[in-house]
Formats: sequence, C-alpha cells, structure tokens
Amino acid sequence: MDDQTVFKMDEPVGETRLDTAAQGLIGKPLDRFEGPLKVSGRAPYAYENLAGDPDVAFGYLVLSGTGAGTIRSVDTSAAEKAPGVLAVIHDDNGPRASADPNDQRPAAIKGEVVHFGQPICVVVAETYEQARDAARLVKVDVETKEGQYDLLANRDRAHKAQNGAMQAEVTKGDFDTAYANAEVTLDVTYTTPSQSHSAMEPHAATAKWDGDELTIFGCYQLVSTNVGQLAKTLGIPKSKVRMLNPYIGGGFGGKLGIGPESVFAAIAARQLGRPVKIALTRQQVYQATSRRSDTIQRLRLGTTRDGRITALAHDTITSNSPGDEFFEPTGISTVFLYAGENRQITHKLAELNLLLSSSMRAPGEAVGMLALENAMDEMAEKLGLDPIEFRRRNEPEVDPQDGKPFSSRSLVQCMEEGAKRFDWANRPKAPASRREGEWLIGMGMAAASRKNLLQQSSAAISLSSDGRCVVSTDMTDIGTGTYTILQQIAAEILGLPREQVIVKLGDSDLPQAPGSGGSWGANSAGSSVFVAAEGVVAKIAEKLGVKPDEVTMKDGTAIAHNKQTPLAEILKGETITVTGTFKPGRTFKDTHQASYGAHFCEVAVNAVTGETRVRRLLTVAAAGRILNEKTATSQCYGGQIFGIGSALTEELVVDTRTGLLVNHDLAEYHVPVNADVPQLEVVLLPERDRIASPLAGKGIGELAICGVGAAVTNAVYNACGVRVRDYPMTLDKILPGLPA
Amino acid sequence: MITLTVNGAEHKLDVDIRTTILDALRDHLGLTGSKKGCDHGQCGACTVLINGRRVNSCLTLAVMHEGDEITTIEGLGEPGNLHPMQESFLHHDGYQCGYCTPGQIVSAVGMLGEVKDGWPSHVTGDIAHGGADLSNEEISERMSGNLCRCSAYPNIVDAIRQVGTTGKGAV
Repeated sequence: MDDQTVFKMDEPVGETRLDTAAQGLIGKPLDRFEGPLKVSGRAPYAYENLAGDPDVAFGYLVLSGTGAGTIRSVDTSAAEKAPGVLAVIHDDNGPRASADPNDQRPAAIKGEVVHFGQPICVVVAETYEQARDAARLVKVDVETKEGQYDLLANRDRAHKAQNGAMQAEVTKGDFDTAYANAEVTLDVTYTTPSQSHSAMEPHAATAKWDGDELTIFGCYQLVSTNVGQLAKTLGIPKSKVRMLNPYIGGGFGGKLGIGPESVFAAIAARQLGRPVKIALTRQQVYQATSRRSDTIQRLRLGTTRDGRITALAHDTITSNSPGDEFFEPTGISTVFLYAGENRQITHKLAELNLLLSSSMRAPGEAVGMLALENAMDEMAEKLGLDPIEFRRRNEPEVDPQDGKPFSSRSLVQCMEEGAKRFDWANRPKAPASRREGEWLIGMGMAAASRKNLLQQSSAAISLSSDGRCVVSTDMTDIGTGTYTILQQIAAEILGLPREQVIVKLGDSDLPQAPGSGGSWGANSAGSSVFVAAEGVVAKIAEKLGVKPDEVTMKDGTAIAHNKQTPLAEILKGETITVTGTFKPGRTFKDTHQASYGAHFCEVAVNAVTGETRVRRLLTVAAAGRILNEKTATSQCYGGQIFGIGSALTEELVVDTRTGLLVNHDLAEYHVPVNADVPQLEVVLLPERDRIASPLAGKGIGELAICGVGAAVTNAVYNACGVRVRDYPMTLDKILPGLPA
Repeated sequence: MITLTVNGAEHKLDVDIRTTILDALRDHLGLTGSKKGCDHGQCGACTVLINGRRVNSCLTLAVMHEGDEITTIEGLGEPGNLHPMQESFLHHDGYQCGYCTPGQIVSAVGMLGEVKDGWPSHVTGDIAHGGADLSNEEISERMSGNLCRCSAYPNIVDAIRQVGTTGKGAV
C-alpha cells in the first residue's frame, strides 16, 4: 500500500530544501527532460500512435456551410458508396465545437447549426485520402435562418454575463459621481477582434476500444476534466476511459476542452470495432474548436490634476455562441492593478452565431490589458506625466477592491529595472519626433500582471534502493517545461542527480493533477511533487531514526548527525512510494496573489507605408521562485511574441453576411513569423513568495503576454503620433494619420 | 507499387496517387517525426530534404519521388547520437511543444546548405560579391517559412547561428 501525504497551504512556508539546494538543481537552466525525443522526431503526438497499424481506419469531419439554421437532412448515400468508405456517422449527440473546459460535456449538435463550420458528421474510410474525398459527397440540407454575426451591430443586445472566471460586475464606491467630479478625465473605447490559438499541432485523436473500455490518445491540456467530458458525451463511466496525452503540440487554451475529433473518433471506433484516427485539418481547427472572443472595451479614467486616479471604469462587451456562457474576463487585472476609490468593472455577453469563445492564453488580461494599458498611456500624456510615474502614483498598498494584502508585488521594481535597461530616460518625449531615414522611431511601455491561480494536485514518487526515482502524475506538458521542472523539484529534494529521476505525465491512470491552464501548472503540480518528495524524505528519516529536518539529501545519500549513508544502505532493496496531495488553503484566500512585470518596446514605423517593425522588446518579470531559468525565459518569449501578434497582425475576420471565419488557415491568420521578431530580452527578477506555495513561486506561463501588445502600440503612437483603438494595428489603420 | 528511398533505406509501398510524401511517411512508413501542421505548405512543420534540398512534404506526391533521396528528422540523428543541429536546438531551447521542431531542424540544415552554396535571400545586401553572412536577420528571413506558435524564434536563431558558425551543436 502506497503512503499518502496531504499538505494544505494554510500558513506561509519558511525555508525549504529548495532554498538550501544541496543538490544545486532548482532554478538552473537545464535542458528539457523530453528534449532528445522532441528534437529527433521520436516523441509521439496523438495522431501518431498506432502508426502503420493496418487495422486503423481514418475519419474526416464534414462541417456546415451555413452559419445558422435547422438541419433538415443529411444525405450520406453517395458518400457511403465511395471507394473505401466504412461508415458515415451522423450523431446528433456529437459536439458542435470543442467543449468549454467548465462544462461537463461539449454542447451537442441537436439538429441545429449555430455557427459556420460546425461539425455535422464524420466519414470513416480505409485511408485518409478516401475519407477526405468522400466527405465532399455528403449533402447537408439546412433550413437557414438569419444569423447574428457582428458584435458591433449586436452591442445593444448584450446581456449581463453570468459569473465565471471572475464576477461579471465588480464595483466599489460611486463611480459616476467621482468621474463627474474628476479634475482630468479620459473616455476611450477599444475594440479587439476574435483570435485563434493556432497551436502547431492540429487537434487529433486516436481511439481504440477493448470491449467496453476506451483508450484515447489525445492532445488535451486537462486530462482528468477531459476524461470526464468524453465519458459523459459517450454515456459511459469515467472509469472506462483511459486517456494518454504525454506529448501535446501546443495548447494556449485551445485544447482545454474535449474536441469533436475525440468524440467522433470514439463513436466511430465503437461502431466499426476497429481503431479510428481523426486529425482536424488546419481549416477545421479554425472553424470547429474554439476562439478568443472579440471585445468592445470602454475605459474611463478620472484623476486629480497630479495624476491620482479617483474613478476607474472598464466596461466590456464580449461574444459567445448561443447557450455558451463563458465571457472573456477583460477586467480581471483592472480590479487590482491600480489604486482608486471608485471603481466599476463590468462584462456583458452578446449571443452571436460564431464559434464557441473560450479561454486563450491569459484569458482576460491578454486583451483587457491591451485596452487598459493603452488608456493609461493616453492619460499619462494628458497629465503630462511619464507613463511610469503615472503608474507609480497609483500603486496600491493593498488590493484596492477588498483591501487584502498582496502576497508579493514587484511592479514598481520591474518598471524601474526595465527603464534602466532600456534607456527609457532617452526616449523620444514627443510623438513623431525621432526619424531615421523613412522610419519613425518610438518607444512605449506597459505594465504586466497575471492573477495567480492555484489548484489541488496529486503526484506519486517512487524511490528505489538503487537511487532511481519515478515521478508520476496525470499533469500535462504542452511545451511549458512541466517534465523538466518536476524532475528538478524531485531531484533537488531527494538529493539525486537529475538523470536518476524519470517523469511520467499525461496518463489518466496516474494521480490527478489540475492540468495545464491559467499558469497554475508549475505551482500546483510542482507543489504536489514537493509534498510527495518530502514524504519520501520523512520515510528515510524514520529509517535513520532522526527527524526529517535533520536530514540533508545529496548525491544519492542521506546526511544526518554528521553521518552520510547511501540510499542503498538505508533502503536495503525496498522501494518507497508516496503519493503527495497539495491543497490551496487559507493563504490563498487571505491574500491577493498575482505575478507582475513591465514591458518596454521600441518600434520603427515606416513613414511611407505605415508598416511597423518591432526593433527591441524587453520584459522584466517577477513571479516568485523561477524553477528553471531556461524554460521560464522561453515561456516569456512566447508571451512577448503572442503580444506582437495581437498588437499588429492577428485577427479572425468574420464575413458578417454569413458568419464564415474568412481567414481560416495559417496563410491568412497572421501569427508572427521568425522575421517579425527581433532578438528579445527577458529579465526575471529574484523574488520568493512564501505565501503563494511551498515552492515560493507564482505563475509565469501567461505573464509576459499580459500588457505586451500595449507596449507595442504605445510605441507605435510614440513613433508616429497615430493612436489606433481598433486592434490589430495594421498599416491601413496607421497610414491615414501619418505625418505629412 | 512504388519504391521510396528514405534515410538511405528503400521501401516498397502501395499508395494512393493522392498520397503526399508526408502522409506516406506518417501513415505508411511509421516515420511520424515529420509533422502535419497545415497540409497546405503554410507552416513548414513537414519539411524534409529531397536530394539535399528542403521541401514541404505536404505539397508533393509520393508517386513523384521514386529514386529521390529523402531525408527526414529521423535520418539526421537519434537520442544518444544527435545531429549537431538537433543538439543545438536542445541546448538553446529552440522549441517548446516540439511539434514544429523537426521541420525547423530539417529546414535549418537545408538552409545552411543554401547559404554555403551562395544563394541570396530577400535581406542579403550585395549579391555580386560573395554570399550572405549568418546574421540574425539572414537566419530569421530564411527560416520564416517555418512557423512556431510557442514562439521559440530567438532561441531557434541562436541554435542555428551556433551550428552555422562553429559546426558544433554542443555549447
């Protein structure tokens, strides 16, 4: 019987083995644990399981070619007669998009078309080519109805959103009166378009049944949640589904919910009695999984003449498909980022016939701070203040909404460090005042903040007599570095060379973790590995007859009372296995927790064409203890580059006549390419947050995307004097305002 | 029945005329290192070398390549015996989720060959006097057919520059 140990975070944690760091591994920029497999093409992703197995059949989805209506009939007769076709499966219970991760199952088709590109049925054939060809022969007859496709046109029909990731309305004091009485005011409205996660691995699943037991090789971020969603959709117990997701080709929120590929693959494999693979095409990923909502955001700031905020409002309208209640929580950071006695943060939701809107990297902050941090820049200019000074004057001592203390907050330090490194003092003070040939040069900055989330998590550690250790949990690694940081935590606490620690992830048979999302992964799963490893140390201490805190673990030995004993001698052939469970506790409730940072950007805007080139981009971040400097830095690069995309190029274009997402591929939805990105700079300030977790860390995966796009567009304004309030800032929007 | 030469080995295959090199590798030969990211030549994840030149393998049909030498990521190296470019990506963290990575690495190997042969790019200055140097700008430009959504671009550039200038992958 394995030992269980549970730790609830009710009090701050003092110095730990991660601080003494006897093995010297924690925080170090180690190469990724699974790296050799990835760089050699040997890490198998969902579709690639059962490769070459002649028993496997291939599925291809048929999507709707209308945006709204009732399905009258689906004529599959021609497709069924096509060469190689095994079945055409039209299941009304099938999903109309990916699942919202908060829902028990994906919304079902139920005879309706609610958005253009909605899954209708699946064609299964002996080969991929046969399935793809036959899919064109399926005739879907839809009685069309007038759909709603345009957020701007529907803004007055929006209703108050249901509370979700945050409360839909957060208010304090009397905003209206304070705003009316403010000495200086700003009232601006920003719009952001729908965006696509665009992970490089298209959603894919391989399904195989053994009797009534399903094995699904998937690509999902939240194993336990996704197993539940799939089981619920199929009408079988959760215990009958085994999900394997050891390698995931990027997520960014797009793989938080079970998707049509898994549901249809499982249904088809059950019906045919043989394994079925479905990979969505890139075009289907854009149309049939999920998106980030478009937003209309009105920002109102009222200040004193010397720049102290007295009134702050952030009112947002977002969209979702009928019956889907998730709203983009754009105001999530506005609640706590700046001081001000009178506050109003609201979110409304408009029902549109567009693809499900769901979480995408830093849901809320990523587009909310585009608006907030631009407005702060506009207000600073109005006040004649340096944007850093304006923020410093509004630095709150406690959470301005409910008065809770911050667990740690290094925003001012990040801004000051960044200003020094970026030579901010020598920036062009007036817009359009620096020119190099045909290029106008400007600099901008923005603050970063991402609310820290923490979840219950479990992990098992087995330590054998020969010093080999296995860490196992159903946690996922979507490119974030989970394998590596869990290996580092276990190796550090147990005093083992890293090579002796193996990490197993992404298997629903393993102890339950919260999965990858909301930047909670490293802190939550890492804390459960911390707890399990301490449990193992306690066992060793017991065998040595000493207290756990008297033992130092190092190089495969335990040192206590000036005696160093090899593990083999202590364990004598025995294997110790401990399952550790970490639970957030009182410290999470009693404090406000977030990671902070500051971005600094230099752009060149072409005075003739309006083209923007990012020349330099610096992010200074403070997110508690950094577990691996290399993977954490890479996460920040990822956020910075997502920010460049959302500032300058990324937009899902809706044909407002039909609901078609026009640019549904990688040639037309413009994610940044290598040449769009200069060499970036990331600085991670030393910080320990002993209130946030036993690791003294906070979330970092999404921090760098928060606000960074605003640093880019503030720099564009500084370069050329054009303030575009409709993202992305493409050259056609900049061109008309350029100086003659 | 066709014969494909992949990583030096000959394979007899019975494929649909519509089957791309990419699908032949992944679905028929079990060589899943080459990735499908878009199937339309838009992302570069499927890049292989055909007779030493980089090609989007989703855009060319298997039946067109009898007798050609196809090199995939599996043919460059394996864990324990990595190619310098694979080793350099590992050390520079030139990847995160790993899905675009095989295409990036194969593309980088092909790209260095193009530079060595004196091929200019859009950003090469004076093409009358010698080839391009391996500046960051040259590498970024020449690698812009390979998308990476995790956004490892700065590290990808570092990894390639190291191999291009030293021939070595290890730091």
